[in-house]
Amino acid sequence: MIEGLRTGHGGQVDRGRPVHFQFDGRRYQGFAGDTLASALLANGVHLMGRSFKYHRPRGLLAAGPEEPNALVTVRRDAARVTPNLRATQVEIYEGLVAESQNRWPSLRFDVGAINDFFSPFIPAGFYYKTFMWPRRAWYSLYEPRIRAAAGLGTAPTLPDPDRYANRFAHCDVLVVGAGPAGLAAATAAAQAGARVILADEQAQAGGSLLSDAAGSSALIEGRPATQWLTQALAALTSNPRVTVLTRTTAFGYFPHNLVALSERITDHLATPSPDAPRERQWQVRAREVVIGAGAIERPLVFSGNDRPGILLAGAARTFLNRYGVLPGTRAVLVTADDAAYQAALDLQDAGVFIACIADTRAAGAAGERARAAGIPVLNDACVLATQGRRRVNAIELARRTDGGLAERQTQPCDLVLMSGGFTPSVHLHSQSRGKLDWSEALQVFLPGASPERCRSAGACRGVFGLEAAVGDGSAAGAAAARDALDPRRSGVDPGGAAGRASAQVAPAPAQSAGFSGALPVNGRVRGRAFVDWQNDVTSKDLALALREGFRSIEHVKRYTTTGMATDQGKTSNLNALGIVASALKRTPPQVGLTTFRMPYTPVTFGSFAGLQRGELFDPVRRTPMYDWAAARGAVFEDVGLWKRARYFPRSGEDMHAAVNRECRAARSGCGIFDASTLGKIEVVGPDAVTFMNRLYVNAWNSLAVGRCRYGILTRDDGFIYDDGVVARISDQVFHVTTTTGGAPRVLAMMEDYLQTEWNELKVWLTSTTEQWAVIAVQGPKARAVLEGLVDVDLAPAAFPHMSVARGHILGVPMRLFRVSFTGELGYEVNVPADFGRAVWEAIYERGQAHGMTPYGTEAMHVLRAEKGYIIVGQDTDGTVTPEDAGLSWAVGKSKPDYVGKRSLARPAMSAPERRQLVGLTTRDGAVVLEEGAQVLAQSGAPVPTRPLGFVTSSYFSANLGRSIAMGLVSGGRARTGQTLYVPTEHGEVAVEVTGTVFLDPKGERING
Amino acid sequence: MLLINCPYCGERPEPEFVYGGQAHIARPAQPAGVEAQDWADYLYRRDNVRGVHAERWRHTRGCGRFFNALRDTTTDHFLATYKVGEPRPAAGGTR
Ligand SMILES: [Zn+2]
Repeated sequence: MIEGLRTGHGGQVDRGRPVHFQFDGRRYQGFAGDTLASALLANGVHLMGRSFKYHRPRGLLAAGPEEPNALVTVRRDAARVTPNLRATQVEIYEGLVAESQNRWPSLRFDVGAINDFFSPFIPAGFYYKTFMWPRRAWYSLYEPRIRAAAGLGTAPTLPDPDRYANRFAHCDVLVVGAGPAGLAAATAAAQAGARVILADEQAQAGGSLLSDAAGSSALIEGRPATQWLTQALAALTSNPRVTVLTRTTAFGYFPHNLVALSERITDHLATPSPDAPRERQWQVRAREVVIGAGAIERPLVFSGNDRPGILLAGAARTFLNRYGVLPGTRAVLVTADDAAYQAALDLQDAGVFIACIADTRAAGAAGERARAAGIPVLNDACVLATQGRRRVNAIELARRTDGGLAERQTQPCDLVLMSGGFTPSVHLHSQSRGKLDWSEALQVFLPGASPERCRSAGACRGVFGLEAAVGDGSAAGAAAARDALDPRRSGVDPGGAAGRASAQVAPAPAQSAGFSGALPVNGRVRGRAFVDWQNDVTSKDLALALREGFRSIEHVKRYTTTGMATDQGKTSNLNALGIVASALKRTPPQVGLTTFRMPYTPVTFGSFAGLQRGELFDPVRRTPMYDWAAARGAVFEDVGLWKRARYFPRSGEDMHAAVNRECRAARSGCGIFDASTLGKIEVVGPDAVTFMNRLYVNAWNSLAVGRCRYGILTRDDGFIYDDGVVARISDQVFHVTTTTGGAPRVLAMMEDYLQTEWNELKVWLTSTTEQWAVIAVQGPKARAVLEGLVDVDLAPAAFPHMSVARGHILGVPMRLFRVSFTGELGYEVNVPADFGRAVWEAIYERGQAHGMTPYGTEAMHVLRAEKGYIIVGQDTDGTVTPEDAGLSWAVGKSKPDYVGKRSLARPAMSAPERRQLVGLTTRDGAVVLEEGAQVLAQSGAPVPTRPLGFVTSSYFSANLGRSIAMGLVSGGRARTGQTLYVPTEHGEVAVEVTGTVFLDPKGERING
Repeated sequence: MLLINCPYCGERPEPEFVYGGQAHIARPAQPAGVEAQDWADYLYRRDNVRGVHAERWRHTRGCGRFFNALRDTTTDHFLATYKVGEPRPAAGGTR
């Protein structure tokens, strides 16, 4: 620390506890209780960042969350790297390592600062205008370079090792902000018996009280303010019905009074406990919310207002009184507001020389106090320019008169304080979809009616002054508790109650309204006057946008990027509005504000992810046979949430070799396949067959007990939604199977029709997907394997294809299906899931004598494609009718109605040019088409061209010794025998249109 | 995150529910006799209400029942929830 930059006493820092830290590789010392910003100031460091666009040297503007310049990266270790933190909110701890951003190679010498010299050529909209052509270059050339040049810190590349917690909470009254108004509100609500949560983003409760001088004469309720703060806080923290959360930002307001809080638990600790989460995200459902968010001081827009050493007056006062840091030695205050005079007086008391107060307004009472303290006051003042490179060293001032400028003067200084008045923080209120009302008296937007049960209190609704804000908070807290505890108002949803304005106390008599916009100077503005520090937007940029015809504030914002940085324009929005309104000769409410969005300040991704990452990201579903397959080295694939065995490689086999072997085995001997993931729905009741008739396209009356049928489900738009085998177990029981991924949506669709359209039907639906393990035994030897294991007569005459029987396998109850998704003789053994593994192993053991081979989903896909069996979602895409898919044989055409029938009767649904599923055979059988590839009518068709369709399924078939493919092709079946063309990465491939059945077209193998 | 009052279970958080689109659109009893434009309207045409909207919800991760609700789309306030088959309540015509 530099001697003389710390006051001897006072403030919230602990001078007995020095803390060492690094900034940009240099070691510094501060005190416990310092922020990185205050500690750097105490070491004489004003240069803390480079601006986003022009790389101008920047120091602190503010002392709180609104800080736009001093963005830093805190590096705890290689994985714990947090960029874009505001130095004003980073609490220092022993060993803290922080770095500035957006500079190269160093903060003092930054190559990018060359942009500043070229700034006349980088006006608003520069990127949009300059990098338009050629378009391809935007992605490959311009954007990466612009991003590299503009970077806002760098994200770490290692996984985040920290843990993030979530908590849901309910309370009667949530109070946001523990400043005077919030503390008073929480106190009043607690006294009324309400359960209260009080959240504040700072390390300590107190808000603006923390920025008062130690010897401040401010009184609250007759007591010194500091004493009131201590007592109020003690009463709240000792009340078991009150939860006080510090370092906790209310960052989002969601419907029905749900407020999201981000609590930072370990970021301020030198050695965090490994058991503690880094952050905790709260979702608080509050019956009533009181917002005590305070107000943010507005900068003044004058030429050269962005040099290090030029900061908000209130920020200087905070650094002095709260942290005991003198932000300069010789200061000038430029103000449009009375409140800022206190900063000058406090700094003078601490030994800072106040060279001058430049008040943009006419002489008033505040000026008299300053003059009495020996400070010269220049009224009707304007700022012509500032000087200094890495820190301000002079400011040029003058008085505006009708005849021009008078009393021109250049004041040497190392500190310029500025204040344009205070902007109420209406962010959360606005996020609640609350309206904003323009206050003529205060020249700011104030909270209006909100549809949520929330109130604003204190400075955030324009009630300034300590005593008034406390009174307002008390009234709001009491009213909130009353409403929350009112038994007639149950729940958080106010229902039909109209939104209400949050007026409990008349706003304090209007003090000065401050100033919004660009400070007037008589004559031309020299240099640049910044409006948005973080995005480097100047008053000239806004003027340019208006000259170019932008009128809506939302368009001006996007064109100039004002208010679009991570600070969301906390210090800039009202000044930008003032400039736009005055240029358009409209009032600010006519122009309007841009929308406030969450988060109020940036929130880590980890906080949103919580525990839901890695293995906990999604649930995993495993079949009863999973462990058996895993033990045999199966390679699994994710199908929805399921882990399915994709193939079972033997040593030395790649996927193709394994799949070819598995496919051959299923057709030459027998294969065993885990089909447990198939969706299963039990449709039961006296009206079950009626229900099935109305829902599925098929005719179900004719399905006898003990028989199965391939069912197709369309939506009422006529397009295929799902398919699967449906078995009639008894007169009133259907065993419906669905695709693996389709079970939940099919059940939801069934429930929808049953509950809302046909609730007269006596039908009950039960999901049984997890209850049945399904073992598919497929191949010429399938019967031989199962005979003797089951108590069902498997003789072809007794149990033909598409039969179902109830019986036992090894004593285990079973539903046995004779079905085939391979075209071979096949059975599907359904047993209760708990017996799945044991039955599987028994079948597998018996099968060894017949060369039984386990096969996975990859072989299953190939085997079904050899037979032209579709997979819904692969060979269909939500625009495919049963006829398109070649399945019109399944449709019960004589039924008067089923879901989808009316749509299928539309002429367009049978138009000849519709895409139809066909086979596509390459001339060279070694060429395997890529799924998704386009199918064209002509060779060498010029680009762009309209494709006839695309390839949906494509494999190499070991059984056929060549590739096979299916695709959806316009008018496809009429093109049988034609040659079409598929462009690929390696050139065009000619294909012949064929039928979809590539193997055993007569379907003889299925009979065994 | 909304709080939704299931008529069968009471107030539950939104993640337990699935939205079901506009309410009171009955499937025609004899679809075969419906004109093409009317059928298209039944399939695709929905109101885009600014104000009170009658809509379907299903308490999928609770009782599994469908029900109807009146929600003000400008405020997200639920004015009523009611069972399938019950008429749309007159309550809460705030606009
Ligand atoms: Zn329910």
